[in-house]
Formats: sequence, structure tokens, C-alpha cells
Amino acid sequence: MSRLSSTDTPTEGEVPNAEEPAAATDEARAGLLEALTGELGEALVGSHLDPGDDLWVRVERGAWVHTGEFLKTGLGFQYFSFLSAIDWLPSPFGRDMDAQVDLRLGHAESSEIDQTIEQGVAGGDTRFQVFARVNDIVNGLAVTLKCDVPDDDLSIDSWVPVYAGANWHERECREMYGIDFVGHPGLRNIYLPAEFEGNPLRKDYPLLARRMKPWPGIVDVEKMPGEDDADEATEEGSDS
Amino acid sequence: MTAISDREQLAYLAAQAADARVNVELESEGMTLNIGPQHPATHGTLRIVAKLDGEQVLSADPVMGYMHRGYEKLAEVRTYPQVTTLINRIDWVGSFANEVPFILAAEKLMDVEAPPRAQWIRTILFEMSRIANITLFLGDMGLQVGAVTPAFFAFRDREHVLNQIEAATGGRFHPNFDRIGGLKDDLPAGWITETRRVMKKMRSFCDEMEQLVQGNEIFEARTRGIGVIPADVGLSYGLSGANIRASGVDWDVRRDNPCGMVHNELDWKVWTHPDGDSFARFWVRLQEVRESTKMVDQMLDGLPSGPIMAKVPRIIKVPAGEAYVETENPLGVMGYYVVSKGDLTPFRVKIRSASFNNISIAPWLLKGVYVPDIVTILGSLYFILGDIDR
Repeated sequence: MSRLSSTDTPTEGEVPNAEEPAAATDEARAGLLEALTGELGEALVGSHLDPGDDLWVRVERGAWVHTGEFLKTGLGFQYFSFLSAIDWLPSPFGRDMDAQVDLRLGHAESSEIDQTIEQGVAGGDTRFQVFARVNDIVNGLAVTLKCDVPDDDLSIDSWVPVYAGANWHERECREMYGIDFVGHPGLRNIYLPAEFEGNPLRKDYPLLARRMKPWPGIVDVEKMPGEDDADEATEEGSDS
Repeated sequence: MTAISDREQLAYLAAQAADARVNVELESEGMTLNIGPQHPATHGTLRIVAKLDGEQVLSADPVMGYMHRGYEKLAEVRTYPQVTTLINRIDWVGSFANEVPFILAAEKLMDVEAPPRAQWIRTILFEMSRIANITLFLGDMGLQVGAVTPAFFAFRDREHVLNQIEAATGGRFHPNFDRIGGLKDDLPAGWITETRRVMKKMRSFCDEMEQLVQGNEIFEARTRGIGVIPADVGLSYGLSGANIRASGVDWDVRRDNPCGMVHNELDWKVWTHPDGDSFARFWVRLQEVRESTKMVDQMLDGLPSGPIMAKVPRIIKVPAGEAYVETENPLGVMGYYVVSKGDLTPFRVKIRSASFNNISIAPWLLKGVYVPDIVTILGSLYFILGDIDR
């Protein structure tokens, strides 16, 4: 993964224009990763550390709740930020839902896209990944946790007993991706009507509005009333 | 039908009615009160289904989704510069602040940094949208306890801030002004002098609110000790912004993890309150507005010159990677988790909005309170519905 380091080096860390704090935070993140590896052992299957910036850790499904508990009680990550999921499937519709003008300007070769599933930071083996972020607000640290969820058994243990705030996030994740959270106190739809079919944030769920009426894209293709329909505006006039 | 069967029938009906009354009495244990989705105290279309025992709330269940617009899905088919148009509408009272974390996340992935002047103006507008946003809260909080005047004062003075935002960006509510690598435009002539005047006005508005609302006996009676959130509960629910600072947690992303903005070059203070009740949340926000006006003044004084746009390609392709950037928005911590696959459009955008977490504590917090306090507690948590539903 071609992750780039932080662009905000001068404002990184607690104190402005000093190099030491960034390095100190780094040590803290490396120490955190070490502590997690020590506790989880084999269950920690992947990690990625961006010096002075961020930390990703991927754990096994069976250790998901234990990781949360350990982070909260053992390491002081009391703050729950969010929980959601990623569907790594490349859109089966290719690029036909993107604006065709944008694609032409962006020099996309064809409307087909490579259908191999490629997971992001900290790796992965499955199409769906649950990810969550928790903060240690005392030391200014945060960690993004990821977990593979296999296609044939889309379920994972609920975080609600650990972080009460996970309740609504898991409800949202369930209706948007169809992932079941075992042990959740009331796993019903949060946004969508109860009788809604499908999981809208999955990549194979078509965005119907876009299929009905194609998006005009970067260029203003609709002419103003006074304008003549001379074809000057197609290449120029990008709104960048 | 004879007369006697009429009487029999009447007796039967009376017996049934008596049974029904008994049934009603038995069921009245758990009366259900539906508040919203169209209710003046809900800032939009939040619906709350409350089960009551007399005046006391047994359980309260917020029902969302009346304004769910699916921005996370829509962002996947829009180019990066187009996404700001969508996310402007998440928290529509402090729109500019919504754009900043997304733009910063994209800049982080692209390894681009906005020039200093753009960063300063960005921070000025960021703080001004905070002032415009929280001013609305200050007036509205008076309204929750039955005082109408503060609301009018707030709308009157907020107008000046909106005028300044409009003068700089061209949009009162949806500026759409932030760009990857800088800003759309420089400040117009005369803007700085006028903004100084407005900031002074907003400080006197804060004083006015302090006298009018904060010291008011009824206001104190309705908010002191009501809706207390202990710090550890607030943290596990992911509360942020003034809601968590009012519980004594000294955490502000602007100070603790500044990214792409210039807050750490300014002289300002993070306000906290130990009580964690509705009053504390009002008090902290009032101090924050005042602090923001001071920040804007300092930034107007120290505004560097130079370009406002870094060198960025015309067609923006963001390199593959994942980045999460969060900022301290008016409503609390707002962050965007952007996954890019090197395309024109993001692969996945997770929007971590402040109000979603802030209001998820409502079922816990409203348990056991009295009906009139539902309104003040929800008002003091301060949510914007677009920020919950996204």
C-alpha cells in the first residue's frame, strides 16, 4: 500500500515546531503495538504503523471483543470513536455509475475495473471487514482496529458490553452491510424502514438514482438560457 | 326485539365497558408518548418514543432516519472536489467546518499542504462557523426553558456572522469554499475590519446571554443537576465537544491533535466544567464562543500574506491509501475515514459525525427523568439532525 506520511509535520504532536514530540508519539505507538502483540499473540494478524501519525491493527474475529476489553481496561482507550465496515469488492458495475465526463478527463482506460479484491492498510483475507476506532484521550493516541468477517458467516461479537456507544454504530453497520452482531441488545434498523430489502452500502447494491439519470460530472453540461450550444465547454471549465 | 332483551344488551355493553376500563387502567402503567418527528424542540426530525410512568420516563427510544440521505454511498460516485458539496449539508448550521476534515484527509493522502495564508483563513472561517453554530444553541437553550427573547437575540446577532461568511465565501449556509490544497478565493477588501467589528459584537452578545439566561433563576432550576453525564459514561458513548468537556474531560482536538489548522499558534484556553449537567453544557459552549471570537481576532492580526492555493493538478486523483482525519467541529469531533484506490472517486468514506455519538447516549440519559426535562436535556446535548442522519 503506498501510504504517504503525514503532510502536517510542523503541526504534528502536542507542541508546535518541535521534532521531539512527534518522535515521542511514535515511541508511544510502537509501545502500544507491542503491548497489543503481547496480549493477543497469534490473534493479532496484521498491523501498520505510520510514524507520528496513526496505527492500524487487524485482529482475528474470535479476539474482537477481547481486544476491545484489553484496550479499554488495560491500556486506557476509554473513548469510543466509531465502528463500521468496508466492502472491498470492486464495484461489479464497473465505472458506469461514475460520471463519464470525469472518467474521460481522468484518463480511465475503460469502464471495466479489475475485479480482484484487494484489502487496504493492515491487510485482510475477506471481502468484508469490520473496523473501529478508539482513542486514548489522555495520551492523545488512537488506534484503528480491523477484523475480517468471512462471507459464509457474516457475524461478529458485539462490542456493546465493552463500549456502550457501539450500540447504534452496530445497528447502522448491520443494516448497511448485513453483518450480524452477536449479543447486541436490539439489532433493528436505525435509518431504513423495517421492511427495506438489501444492504445499501455493499458495493453490489446499485445506486438507482444514478442509473436512472447519469450524473453530469465536472463540466456544466447544461447550457444557460442565453448560451448557444457551441461545444466549447467540454474540455475546459473544470471546477477545481 | 323485546324490551327485556334491550335491557340485557345494555347490561352486556356496560359490563364490557367496565372490563375495558379495567384494561385501560392496567395498561396505563406504560403509557407511550410520541415526541416528533415534527416537534419544535427537536431541531429537525428526530422522533422520540418515550414510555412513561406518570411524569417519569421509563425508557426513551430515539427514532432516526427521516433525513437519511446516504452520503457515504453518494460520496463513492463523486470526485473528491464534488464531495464537499454533499458534506456541507451534514451540519447545516456550521457548514464550513464540515468541509475541513474531509479536505484535510484528502490532502493527507495526496501529500499536499495548503499554503500558510490558506491555513489561516481556513481556521478563521472554521472558528466563525463555530460562532454561528453555537450562537444558535445559546438562543435555543433559552427557548427550551420557555424564554423566547434569547432566541431572537441569537438570530439577530448570528446574522452578522453569516453575513461575513457570505461576504468571504459567497454562501450563507453552504460555503463550499474549501479546496484540496487551499481555498477557492482570497478574502474580499474590507472584510478584516468588518469582521473585527462583528467579533466585538459577538462578545457583547455573550455578555448579554450571560446576564439574560445564565443568571436566570428559572434557567438554573431547570438545568442544574439535570441530565448529569459522568465522564466515564460519556467517553464510552463517544461523546465529544462541549458535551464531554462539560463532564470535566479536558480534551479538545484543536489543541491535542491539531491538523492542517493553526490553532496551536494562538493563545486560547479549553474550557471545562466539572458538573456534567445541562447547565454545564450551556456554560462551556458560552465560553467557547467567546474564546472563538478572541481566536478570530488574533488570526486577523497575524494573517500572513502569500498564495491561497498550493500546486494541485486540475484533475484530482488521490493516491491509494487510507487516512482518518478528525477536527473539533462546533458539535463535537467530526472525522472522515477516507479509503482511496487511486481513482477519481473515493472507494469508501466513513463519516464519523459528532451528533450521532452525542445523541446515542439519549436512551441512557433520559431514563428516569421527568417529561419536561426531556426537552432541556436534548436541547443541551445540542444536535443537528443532518449530523445524526447524514
